[in-house]
Amino acid sequence: MEGTQLTNRNRKIQFNARQYGMGIALIAIMILFQILTKGVLLKPLNVSNLIMQNSYVLVLAIGMLLCILTGNIDLSVGSIAAFIGATSGVFIMDFKMDPVLVLVLSVVIGGVIGAWQGFWISYVRIPAFIVTLAGQLIFRGLTMAILNGQTKAPFPDIYTVVSAGFVPDVLTDLLGPISLFGKQLNLLTLAFGILVSVLYIISELRKRAEMRRYNFAVLSPAMLAVKVTLMVVGINLFTFWLNDYKGIPTVLVLLGVLIMIYSFVTSRTTIGRHIYAFGGNEKAARLSGINTKRVFFWVYVNMGVLSAVAGIVFAGRLNAATPKAGVNFELDAIASCYIGGASASGGIGTVFGAIVGGLIMGVLNNGMSIMGISVDWQQAIKGFVLLMAVAFDVLSKKKK
Amino acid sequence: MDNVILEMIDITKEFPGVVALDHVNLVVKDNEIHALVGENGAGKSTLMNVLSGVYPHGTYTGSIVFQGEECEFHNIKDSERKGIAIIHQELALVPYLSIAENMFLGNERARGGVINWQETRARTSELLARVGLHENPDTLIKDIGVGKQQLVEIAKALAKEVKLLILDEPTAALNEAESAHLLDIIRELKRRGVPCIIISHKLNEVEQVADSITILRDGATIETLVKDVDEMSEDRIIKGMVGREIKDRWPARESEIGDVYFSVENWCAFDPIDEDKQVIKNVSLHVCKGEVVGIAGLMGAGRTELAMSMFGKAYGRKITGTMKKDGKPVEFKTIQHAIRHGVAYLTEDRKTAGLILINDIRENISMASLGKLSKRFVINRNREIQVAEEYRAKLNIKTPSISQLTGNLSGGNQQKVCLSRWIFADPDVLILDEPTRGIDVGAKYEIYTIINKLAAAGKAVIIISSELPEVLGISDRVYVMNQGRIVGELSKQEASQESVMRCIMQSSREG
Repeated sequence: MEGTQLTNRNRKIQFNARQYGMGIALIAIMILFQILTKGVLLKPLNVSNLIMQNSYVLVLAIGMLLCILTGNIDLSVGSIAAFIGATSGVFIMDFKMDPVLVLVLSVVIGGVIGAWQGFWISYVRIPAFIVTLAGQLIFRGLTMAILNGQTKAPFPDIYTVVSAGFVPDVLTDLLGPISLFGKQLNLLTLAFGILVSVLYIISELRKRAEMRRYNFAVLSPAMLAVKVTLMVVGINLFTFWLNDYKGIPTVLVLLGVLIMIYSFVTSRTTIGRHIYAFGGNEKAARLSGINTKRVFFWVYVNMGVLSAVAGIVFAGRLNAATPKAGVNFELDAIASCYIGGASASGGIGTVFGAIVGGLIMGVLNNGMSIMGISVDWQQAIKGFVLLMAVAFDVLSKKKK
Repeated sequence: MDNVILEMIDITKEFPGVVALDHVNLVVKDNEIHALVGENGAGKSTLMNVLSGVYPHGTYTGSIVFQGEECEFHNIKDSERKGIAIIHQELALVPYLSIAENMFLGNERARGGVINWQETRARTSELLARVGLHENPDTLIKDIGVGKQQLVEIAKALAKEVKLLILDEPTAALNEAESAHLLDIIRELKRRGVPCIIISHKLNEVEQVADSITILRDGATIETLVKDVDEMSEDRIIKGMVGREIKDRWPARESEIGDVYFSVENWCAFDPIDEDKQVIKNVSLHVCKGEVVGIAGLMGAGRTELAMSMFGKAYGRKITGTMKKDGKPVEFKTIQHAIRHGVAYLTEDRKTAGLILINDIRENISMASLGKLSKRFVINRNREIQVAEEYRAKLNIKTPSISQLTGNLSGGNQQKVCLSRWIFADPDVLILDEPTRGIDVGAKYEIYTIINKLAAAGKAVIIISSELPEVLGISDRVYVMNQGRIVGELSKQEASQESVMRCIMQSSREG
């Protein structure tokens, strides 16, 4: 059993080093801009803004990660998001359809578009680059045709609540206002932090018990306590911070759920393993009995669905459907994945990494905007950061 | 011997764990066709790679004397400059460029970077005429057959003023008429003062065309036969190639052969790209419980294609024939289907089709059996680790940890990971394609032991191998395959290197 213990300990340390690397880069950039913006970056108001500004790109980055894991990309996501915004606008404002129905319909349309592209990519074997480049043109064109080149506004409340709203503080309504240091607390936000902390502790303990059952090495109680305390303090600091402004942005809940689901699917399920195997060596995956065509197809269906979600969030944030929505979103999403350590040749990358990559881009954008740097320079700097991040990754791998 | 053009003296080349060439000597005269023969792995290609500079000076010991001058080649360019041209089995032509463009690729007829197309075409026509090829220089390479492509390669070598031409299995992919034409061209070149080294498995051709023959075996020069001095019949050559005592290289096994368990009859398959090319022709074979059946044959005989077409149609089109497993007719429409029915196929090419090199050992072992390790799509990671550890111990995979990336393992350990994957999938029928290719002797022995254990556990095992001694050493029964057909079935007693070779030669002549 001694060999086993050694093995697993090594594994743990390696695994964390890689993830921490990206996280540390994010924190460093945040500290840098916190100083450069004289403390504006991390003001509760700005943190809420940061989340809302980047939510749609982060949603796209999750889907894009799966495409990149297969060794491909999707250039059409921005156009699909715009198309979904446009169809939603027409359904609601022109056809007077029920907004909830339209939400559901939008997701379905996203899935159908994804299936259309997935069909050409996976079954006809046209390179994804070409199919999605065509998709970019097709759906941008359709968007403009549907909207007649005009902007449609406004969307009903449900849209704006999803992307620009905050979770209503039902707890304060129930218990009455409570203040600390002369400030009224957002009780729901704080309760949410505590709830997440409790769930986290339970999952850590369960994982530990499970590993014990298999006779694997586990962290010593002291180490576990340190780890858990750090996480719990972090979670609650974050919610306490948000509490200072208006509480939890609704879109953060959506994002949190998506991140959890996709992290779980990619790291813990057979579906996730099949995607990684496909990207790592398609031939080997096929000869091991993985239905590679089906995997490839569903990755693009999924991308279509998430593009639709991003489209809804963006339309809600703008409170309008415009023909220019979603321009260059695909590039931001792709860059997020690469900055987050995904490999362009497929098979390597994590949802967590893609999110961190997206946040790095988001903080750069936001920080430079606060500093008053013009958009042109922002683009150039972002491009340079992308190149450097990937170069760092490539060079550090070569050294080994 | 004033007309010696090439002398390779005492060449020794080692790879980690293997001595590929052991004091090899080769002398080629400037007016001869010199054949280099030996089994797969005897060291022919390694020797030619040393000569052409693929393995640079310093990575081997011994010396090369070319045209009376000791040479140190550091890369292929060096040897080309001296006039040594090697034409590999896989042709180095660009399919979507014209014959003329290919002819002078990297050697363009140009002044100041501007290509002179008139000269290029004119020179191409000239060179094509020298190899008896009457094609328009503007024809694309992809539009002419393999035989003609081979001739273009030779013409290309002539364009560089070749002094010694090396052909590695030039006729392997050619039909009878094309082969005959190619051999004529080689003879013609010899008359015009271009000597040639030819590596070939087709001994009847060697017998016809060669002026002298050097036989390699296990990385050593066995003998050189000279025309009109020594006997140069096929039988004589085979004896030289084989003439080895089979030592104790195969672990002993008590075979307990049960009933027929898996069989195909009249199995046919066509090339997936070229629909009219039949690759597998009316193959019938069977394997019993607890039996190890070998399929022998030369490269390109269609063995891998046969195996993959049986494995859920992983290869080929228009597959016909009947397949039976455990007495019942079955049809595997997909690979998943085949695996679910207890058939496993270990690929011959573990790096490009077997392993995911960027993933670790654990993930590679579980890959074909994720269903077994998961509940409602959720993988039990702890169980997965346990399984990987179990197989690491069982198959003696030498690694510091199961989280080691398979790309960092040695060939033998990589193969053990592949084997672990399929053993864990728990199949009834295992098709092992070149299970010991490119791995060292010790690991080979271990893999033979694993195969024996599988057979002892009642599995039906089919082994495909290009190493004849291996097929003979581990099989209970041997099928001989050539040009898409089964051309012989030999019992353990009947099977010998000579009898297998004879089956192949006979069918080649008939075919």
